[in-house]
Amino acid sequence: MSLRKFISNKTIAALAVIVTVFANTSAFAQEAAAGAAATAAKPIDMLPIYKSVAFYTLLFLLVCLFIAIIGKALRVYELTREAQDKPEGINWNTINAVLFILFLIVGLGGVYFEYTVHGSMILPDAASEHGKKIDQMFNITLILTTIVFIGTHIVLFVFSYIYKHSGKRKAYYYPHNNALERIWTIVPALVLTVLVLMGFLTWRSIFYKIEDPNNKPISIEVTSQQFSWTIRYPGADGVVGLKNYKLITGTNGLGMDFNDKNNLDDQMAEEMVIPVNKPVRLILTSKDVLHSFYMPHFRVQLNTVPGMTSYFEFTPTITTADMQAKVNDPAFKFLFLCSKICGSGHYNMQKVVRVVSQAEYDAWIAEQPLIINNDLRKEFNLPLVADPAAGATPAAPADSTATAGKDSSAVAMNKPALKK
Amino acid sequence: MSTITLHDTHNNDHHDGHDHGHHKETFITKYIFSQDHKMIAKQFLITGIVMAVIAMGLSILFRLQLAWPDKSFPILETFLGKWAEGGRIKPDFYLALVTIHGTIMVFFVLTAGLSGTFSNLLIPLQLGVRDMASPFMNMLSYWLFFVACVIMMASFFIETGPASAGWTVYPPLSAIPKAISGSAMGMTLWLISMVLFVASQLMGGINYISTVLNMRTKGMDLWKMPLTIWAFFLTAILGVLSFPVLVAGVVLLIFDRSFGTSFYLSDIVMGTQVLPNEGGSPILWQHLFWFLGHPEVYIVIMPALGISSEVISVNSRKPIFGYHAMVYSLIGITVLSFIVWGHHMFVTGMNPLLGGVFMITTLIIAVPSAVKTFNYLATLWRGNIRFTPAMLCAIGMVSFFISGGLTGIFLGNASLDINLHDTYFVVAHFHLVMGSAAIFGMLAGVYHWFPKMFGRMMNAKLGYLHFWLTFICAYLVFFPLHFLGLDGVPRRYYAFTEFEFMQKWVTVNVFVTWAAIVAALAQVAFLFNFFYSIFKGKKATQNPWESNTLEWTTPVEHIHGNWPGEIPTVHRWPYDYSKPGAEEDFIPQTVPYSQTMHSNMPHDFEGNAESERIQREWDAANGIVREQH
Repeated sequence: MSLRKFISNKTIAALAVIVTVFANTSAFAQEAAAGAAATAAKPIDMLPIYKSVAFYTLLFLLVCLFIAIIGKALRVYELTREAQDKPEGINWNTINAVLFILFLIVGLGGVYFEYTVHGSMILPDAASEHGKKIDQMFNITLILTTIVFIGTHIVLFVFSYIYKHSGKRKAYYYPHNNALERIWTIVPALVLTVLVLMGFLTWRSIFYKIEDPNNKPISIEVTSQQFSWTIRYPGADGVVGLKNYKLITGTNGLGMDFNDKNNLDDQMAEEMVIPVNKPVRLILTSKDVLHSFYMPHFRVQLNTVPGMTSYFEFTPTITTADMQAKVNDPAFKFLFLCSKICGSGHYNMQKVVRVVSQAEYDAWIAEQPLIINNDLRKEFNLPLVADPAAGATPAAPADSTATAGKDSSAVAMNKPALKK
Repeated sequence: MSTITLHDTHNNDHHDGHDHGHHKETFITKYIFSQDHKMIAKQFLITGIVMAVIAMGLSILFRLQLAWPDKSFPILETFLGKWAEGGRIKPDFYLALVTIHGTIMVFFVLTAGLSGTFSNLLIPLQLGVRDMASPFMNMLSYWLFFVACVIMMASFFIETGPASAGWTVYPPLSAIPKAISGSAMGMTLWLISMVLFVASQLMGGINYISTVLNMRTKGMDLWKMPLTIWAFFLTAILGVLSFPVLVAGVVLLIFDRSFGTSFYLSDIVMGTQVLPNEGGSPILWQHLFWFLGHPEVYIVIMPALGISSEVISVNSRKPIFGYHAMVYSLIGITVLSFIVWGHHMFVTGMNPLLGGVFMITTLIIAVPSAVKTFNYLATLWRGNIRFTPAMLCAIGMVSFFISGGLTGIFLGNASLDINLHDTYFVVAHFHLVMGSAAIFGMLAGVYHWFPKMFGRMMNAKLGYLHFWLTFICAYLVFFPLHFLGLDGVPRRYYAFTEFEFMQKWVTVNVFVTWAAIVAALAQVAFLFNFFYSIFKGKKATQNPWESNTLEWTTPVEHIHGNWPGEIPTVHRWPYDYSKPGAEEDFIPQTVPYSQTMHSNMPHDFEGNAESERIQREWDAANGIVREQH
């Protein structure tokens, strides 16, 4: 009975294979003939075909068919073995075990590739004081975890291979070993304690700064909104003035309260320029939804939260020019960007950060326009400053050398204010 | 305890007989409004699989956008209409895809699909119970889940589109319809769906807990429960304690959105329109959300760990190494997971003092995770491993758990998190440790218990193909993403075209997308195998994997009440594989020690003097010398 079944199976399978092969060859022959005819007529533009969904669907179906044929062939082979009372022809257990070893070897190669090739495409060394500590911690953690990662994977896959099933032996009954378990509880605990302590101290050193009276930080306020940033410098008094979201209008984009004297000398900037080796205190606020102020090169990130002000203090240690030389890219720029989902324009909220020498900074900051202008003065019932016509003629160039030119600065300031 | 169990058993027997005598099952009571835990498990599984396929499809859509941001795919317009005008996905819709992909995968697939399926199937079967404590509530649990799924999917068919503030739906973005179109009707549907979902989880969880605590069969004390049950039990406790907090948060968000309260909103100006809300804090939402959100991660991974423990032990033909340590580490994870939520908030502006505290608790949780990993490795050592598809997936699960877990040490460190927060490093981390590991745990469970669920076997060779393609592609997809994160590329970016420094990653994105497509297509092998085998698979034997646990003592044909006669009594722990002296390499839990005098060990008797005396006398009579305590 089983023999007959086997014969019929085998015959049918053989027939099927022959028919398939024949059908395929003839089909291909036809196709080739048709193809030849077509090429003779005019070359076919294959590009739209490669772009069509049907092409890929057919391709996938072809792959499925191929797999199905292999599956059938395997089945026939196995039935044959079974019918001849031979042991199973293919030891899938061994195949899977070998695949694990192959996966381990190829995988280790892949990890090496990733670490070296993609690993060399990551951020350059930190450009800030605390960033160096973070990088150091990162490297220590990376070394430790890589050792564990590689080690455990070697053990996992090598054990899988060595201890693959064999009818000859029995598994070793080994339900527990308290000493061993204690070791691998205590060792990770100790390693993690070290990491926790380091992380904790680094974290404290970042967020609990003791102010050096000789090197006071520059305060810079950054306000986020969908989908842009506003940078405000404190002006000569070094204090960023009060603001209130209820005062926000088309002309007063930040809602600054100009009854607060500290606001009168505040300056607006299109990019963030900071002097090297001088602490910067960021004052982060948001007008609408959550954003995140992220300055990857400086290892600075903090969310901007509507209704709450957050602060981050850091010290840049390398100028843009030096960094350009270091990474060998004259177009290199420091940036800050948004990293908290904030709406459809989330993927493009960026500003340039320029780290310069103190002298360059002093020259640059003197050129930055004041925020206050005559429109705002009117709004807050403050005495106007001369030359109201200037407001109507923004073509008049803002005289950068004019130090007393509060009004000319105000003229220049109209542009960003009106844009809002 | 045992008297109560006996009493229960008796009651159930009675009830069961009663059921069969007077009541014929119709199609509706059998397949739709079924109160049988096995059918409900299958309902959860199939719904979970459907949702997983949908969520995977969504991920392929946004992967296309990331790989070819400036190419047009006319087919997308055919299917998505105005969301992909000109064959290009719009930024709003991109965010909606990301949001719904995350929501479905985390809640609908890996929480309901995983716990719902295997807790329902295995808690009664492995504990020797005829059905859940409250079968009606169990049915309700599934149907609320189903309605939640339908509502979530319905949001694709409304004009403003589905919720698109990320799966964490942080307000104010999620609270203000003006901020993003998905925060209109779509967000309302998201919130309603989530309330129903949580209700479903609570009903399920209460059922699991009460069944485990009250209804175990005779002899099944807590320390004889398989690790799967421990995992499901602790998962249910986590869910019951943390999901209500999410509902609280969700209700407040509904109030803010629809009734003008200001729990999460303050000082907000949209354009130049000043909103009237005052006094709220967006941070409050984050605390409430992550108070669930972090335990949620363990709700996802613990069942996968439990399933892997069982599958690895059975297929290594070895007891799981350090059973007690495995249980204690699960308990440790359960307790610790409640006090680590702040590590999602290191850079939200939360007081830095809290950041330090949460960093300590977070890194402590790595210890029980490490113990589990090492115990898995020790279980493989000197085993006799059968590579069934389930075993392959369980090994894959361990691999992902290691790879993804280790990057958690970076992110749990507050200082390092400053630069890694919300970058692709995070994406890579949780897709490995929570996504891939949990999915592989789930797949291991499906392959392993498919014979129990459907009475047929899945095709092993298709299983191998499916495993290897998925395993390799998952690494190809997620491993390179770490490096994008280390380069400071934030997540949820619609395109990398606007930043010069990101452009070098576009080729990597193309590679990742291709790997994702292959991984997605590989699932066809699984889906075909799964649905084909339900109807045409090889008939299963009663105990196809030669396993010790009770579910394999039930007949292949499903019956209401699980066991035709009396419920079996349990005499030993579930991991007596390859015990020296035993004839076979497994001894089911129902076999009493009196039948295995050759293989009994001194510690089996747990200090019971009478049993030890009997064994000693037998040993002496048969001339066997055993080491004593």
